[in-house]
Parts: sequence; structure tokens; C-alpha cells
Amino acid sequence: MAALLSARKALGSCLRGCRGLSQLAELPDTHQLLRQTCRDYADRELNPIAARLDKEHSYPAKQIQELGAMGVMAIEVPEELGGAGMDYLAYSLAMEEISRGCASTGVVVSVNNSLYIGPILKFGSEEQKQQWITPFTTGEKVGCFALSEPGNGSDAGAASTTARQDGDEWVLNGTKAWITNSWDASATVVFATTDKKLKHKGISAFLVPMPHPGLSLGKKEDKLGIKASSTANIILEDCRVPLGNMLGPRGAGFKIAMQTLDSGRIGIAAQALGIAQASLDCAADYAHKRTAFGSPIGKLQAIQFKLADMAVAIESARLLTWKASLLRDAKKPFTKEAAMAKLAASEAATFCSHQAIQVLGGMGYVADMPAERHYRDARITEIYEGTSEIQRLVIAGQLLKEYQS
Amino acid sequence: MGSSTSLVPKSVTAAINAHGFGYFGCPHTFGQVGYRLKRTEQYIRVKPDNSSVVTDGVKHSMNPFCEIAVEEAVKLKEKKLIKEVVAVSCGPQQVQETIRTALAMGADRGIHVEVTGKDYETLGPLQVSKIMAALAKKEEAQLVILGKQAIDDDCNQTGQMTAALLDWPQGTFASELSLEGDKIKVVREIDGGLETIKINTPAVVTADLRLNTPRYATLPNIMKAKKKKIANVKPADLGVDITSRLEVLRVDEPPQRQAGMKVETVDDLVGKLKEAGMV
Repeated sequence: MAALLSARKALGSCLRGCRGLSQLAELPDTHQLLRQTCRDYADRELNPIAARLDKEHSYPAKQIQELGAMGVMAIEVPEELGGAGMDYLAYSLAMEEISRGCASTGVVVSVNNSLYIGPILKFGSEEQKQQWITPFTTGEKVGCFALSEPGNGSDAGAASTTARQDGDEWVLNGTKAWITNSWDASATVVFATTDKKLKHKGISAFLVPMPHPGLSLGKKEDKLGIKASSTANIILEDCRVPLGNMLGPRGAGFKIAMQTLDSGRIGIAAQALGIAQASLDCAADYAHKRTAFGSPIGKLQAIQFKLADMAVAIESARLLTWKASLLRDAKKPFTKEAAMAKLAASEAATFCSHQAIQVLGGMGYVADMPAERHYRDARITEIYEGTSEIQRLVIAGQLLKEYQS
Repeated sequence: MGSSTSLVPKSVTAAINAHGFGYFGCPHTFGQVGYRLKRTEQYIRVKPDNSSVVTDGVKHSMNPFCEIAVEEAVKLKEKKLIKEVVAVSCGPQQVQETIRTALAMGADRGIHVEVTGKDYETLGPLQVSKIMAALAKKEEAQLVILGKQAIDDDCNQTGQMTAALLDWPQGTFASELSLEGDKIKVVREIDGGLETIKINTPAVVTADLRLNTPRYATLPNIMKAKKKKIANVKPADLGVDITSRLEVLRVDEPPQRQAGMKVETVDDLVGKLKEAGMV
């Protein structure tokens, strides 16, 4: 009896969560138009410059401004605050198309939307939203998210950056590592502990403008991929901010970080999808054109099986990403689905980009074709915003809870 | 793509109707601007029976020159020189997507002239011009802007025919458009260079490549486009007979490009040209 009731409950919550099931089969008109618009922009403005941006490690400032003008830099932000007022499904679609053109531009868009604006939108006061969100909707300013440290990435609860109150100011000290957008950002959300004894419950979130006295940047990391986005350490040495710069309640920092990353995962899943799709496009196009043994290589089963596997990996990850977005938009729990989406999409990206190089053969290994860039860009998607291992832990944790009697 | 007779028409055209500018010398012009959108395809192949090109499963999008026409109309409205922008397209259900794109770019409302099946396959510039002329009169438009030609059939006829049917002046191949009082100044790209003309309103203008750079629809405008109305009409409602007077006999792909030949010296080149009977 108990089993039957819990099964019914599970089914009910599944159906409610799948309210947007028909949307998985065919997107609403507005979303189709949005997807097409972003695709056109990526094809015309990002694709032609992606190789140069990668080679020169140059930040796409003009394109970020153009995307800002389109509303892409603040998709979920309500119109009153300067955003596009759309939902997370729209965000996933936009992210995939942008990343398909240029993965670096994609990560800049994602960090601004999910990791910087995201927590302020959810946990900020009205004044904080006006001050810290509105100027960051136009593409003129971007933000970043400082959680990881040289001593802890996955182990986010062990933050060693400290914040102590001194009169009407917080004084921050410590070093943050691997911060995307750092060299191009005008503000950051920083996580620091006010009481190490409380472990993860002692961490709070703070808003710090950039540049700012006491805040300096480490050297730009020379990364394998997503080279056009800047990644560096943020060093805080007696960095002082007003008390009003705390984001959310004291001690809520860890919770804010985890919830923010839940949503950020959907953005990164979409970025990985874009990279994977670009790899498939490249491989399939080549399969039509390259001839060997008397016919286009697309006629060979070995190539066909690769392309089929790539397509299945992408489509499954895409549906997972859309489902996670739909659940989030319906204000349903989406932690497990977001982790599944990020895991599936990032593994799809590395698989597809690897196979794309294989299909292209020697041409896949040189910069003349984009396959090698996709290979390098894809790799990070399995690492940042929660490694694949962490995603598995999250999924297992949620899964086991469901089976608890 | 070559064809034995005329064009293989398959697209939807959107017409923009322009309405009343500068009445009585008023500095602000009010108007409905109509533009015509055509939905064209990319990457085409000829059908095995050589009757036309394959359209199933082929991605269609707004004709590039029509995008430029939409952009011009929206810019005129932003400058408060015209009152309303109406996007028109002729064809089956799918053209509504194209109209929505125009709405997302800033058009106020759309008109979908429903033409389907065989009728759509034989829809050509003459029929579309008749539809446009009828709509222009019905909507009391003051300016009709179209793309200069569609990239699928390259006809470059609809704008001119529409103007003739309405007995309106026309400014074709426009690379610059401005309103001066109750006249329109059009800078036209012609073979010899640039020609500037002044035409009375109401008028028809066709957009050339350098008229403007079309905007990307912003996300908020995409959301707003959902609420804008698209009216449905049939050609018969407008009293237009869309029977085609043309019969396409055959459609063939252009001949495969032959490999070229390299020569060492100019004398060799001249020799080869003489052999081929070209000099």
C-alpha cells in the first residue's frame, strides 16, 4: 500500500514536472524565433571571428555589447530592471546557439546571466538589484562569480577567504582562483567566511565592484580552450566594502552558491550542446565533401556510425537540458535534472569534438578547420561549474532520496 | 539556376504599406508603411522530374532584400515619419513565421495572404503585384517598400509591376531613402553610378543592398511580437485572380563548371584562345 502510494506520488510529481512535455517535442513560436535570431547572429557575427578570437585571446567586447542590445546578457531579468524578461528555456536556446558560433562568447554570456546576475536576482534587495543588475544588462558591463580558491574547487565548503566586520565595512582577505571574466568584469559576487568554525554555514556572499582598492587580479591564465574569455585569480587584500554589500543573509553564502550553480549548470549544459553541435556540423559537412575509396566518406558505415552516435548524444543531452529548464521555469525542483543535463551535455561535447577530429582525419588536427578548436573548447565543460564527478554525486544524492522509504 | 520559361515562384512576399505622410506640409508624416516579405530557401536542388526545385525540408527564411525593406520601414517609424508599419506575406501557413520575424523587428501588424498548394507553386510577380496593389488601396497606404528582388527567382519585377498597377511613381534599387515634405527622395543604384530622384507619394520603393543593415530582433521585441495581430485574407477576398499565365516547361541546374587550364606565357594564352575560336 505504502509502495503504491509513493509510486503514485512519484508519477504525479513527474507529470506535474513534465507540464511542458509538449514543448520538448516542439518549441513555442516565440522560442523558435528567439532561437533563429540567435542562430543568425552566431552564424553572421560570431562564427567568422571565432578562430581569430581564439588565436589572439581577445575578448569580444563589441559582440557582447551587441548581444546586450538584443537582451541576451540578461535574459531572465525582468524588463523593469533592463532585461529581456524571458524564461530559462529561452536562455538555454540562446546559449546553445551563441556557443555554436563561439564557445568563448558563450561562457561570457553564461557567467553574466547565471552566475553574476542569477544570485543577485534571487537573493538581492531591491536596491542591490537596481545597483548591481541594471548596468549589467546592456553588455557594457559584465560580472563574475568568485567561489573557487587555489585550495578548494569541488570542496566549496572549505572556503578560506575571510570577511571581518570593521565598523560599517566588511574587510575581505584571501585569493580566489579560476575566475571567468575577471579581467573584463565590473563587479563580482565573492564568497567569504565570517566564521571558519561554522564551516560551510559561516560563508556569506558579498558584492564587490571592479576595479576596487584592495582587489587585484592575477595573471591571465593561458588556457587550452575558451581562450577569448579571461580567467585569473582575484586577490583580496584588506578589500573594504560597505555593510550593505552583503548579498542575502549572513551565513547563507554556501546555500546561495549551490543554488546559483544549479541554474548555472543549465547554461553550461547549453554551451556544451553548442560546441557539440558545431562539431557534428563540421564532421557531417566534411563527410559529404571528402572522398575516399571512390565515394564521399559519408557513405562509409564507420563514419555513419560515428555521426549517428554524435547525434544521439547531442539530442539526448538537449532534451535533458530543456527538461531541466522547463522544471526550473515551472518552479519545480530541478537540481537532479540540471546535474544530469550538465553531465550529459559536457560528455557529449567532448565525445562529439573528439569524433569530429577523427572524421576529419589530418584536417581535424590543424587550425584550418574548427574541429581542433571545438576539441579544446569542449574540455572545460566537464570541469567548471561542477566537475562531472560532482554532478554524479549530486545525481546520486537526489536519486537515493527518491528511493528512501 | 536556369529555367526554360520564366521563374519558379515560390515565396511569400510581404508588402509594407505606407500610409499618409506629411499631409498639408506637416513636418511629421503619418503613415502606414507596408513592406513585402518573401520567404526564400537556401541550398536548392532540382526535382528529378525537372519540374521545379525541391522545397520540402529545405530551410526557408526571409529574403535578404526584404529584411532590408523591413528595416527601412521600421527606421522611418522610429524617426516618426510614418505612423504604422504593416508586414504582408503571401503563401502557406509557414509564412507566418516570416511575418513574425518582421513583427519582432518592429512592424506593427501583419497580413497573411493565404495561397497554398498548386496556386503557391505558380504564384509569380504579376499575381503578387495584383495582391499588393489591392492591399495598398484597401489599407490606404502611402508607401509600399519591397526588396528589389528575391534570391530564389531573381525576378526583380514585383515592385515595378505593383507601381504600374497602382499608377504610382516608383523608386527602385534604393540605396538611400528620405522624406522631404510630401515627396520621397530616392538615391538609386544604377549601372552608371547613383541617380537621385524625387517622387510623389503615394509611391513604391524597392530596397537594394546598401540601403541599411537590418537589425537583429531583440528578445523583448520577440516577446512583444507574440501579441501583435496577423490578419488572414485570401486573394479572392481582395478580388484578385491569381491564375498564372505562365507555364514552366523545365528547370535545369546550370552546367557543371569545367576545369580550367593553366598556361605558361601570354603567347600560350593567346594561342589557346585562338584555337577555341574566341579571338
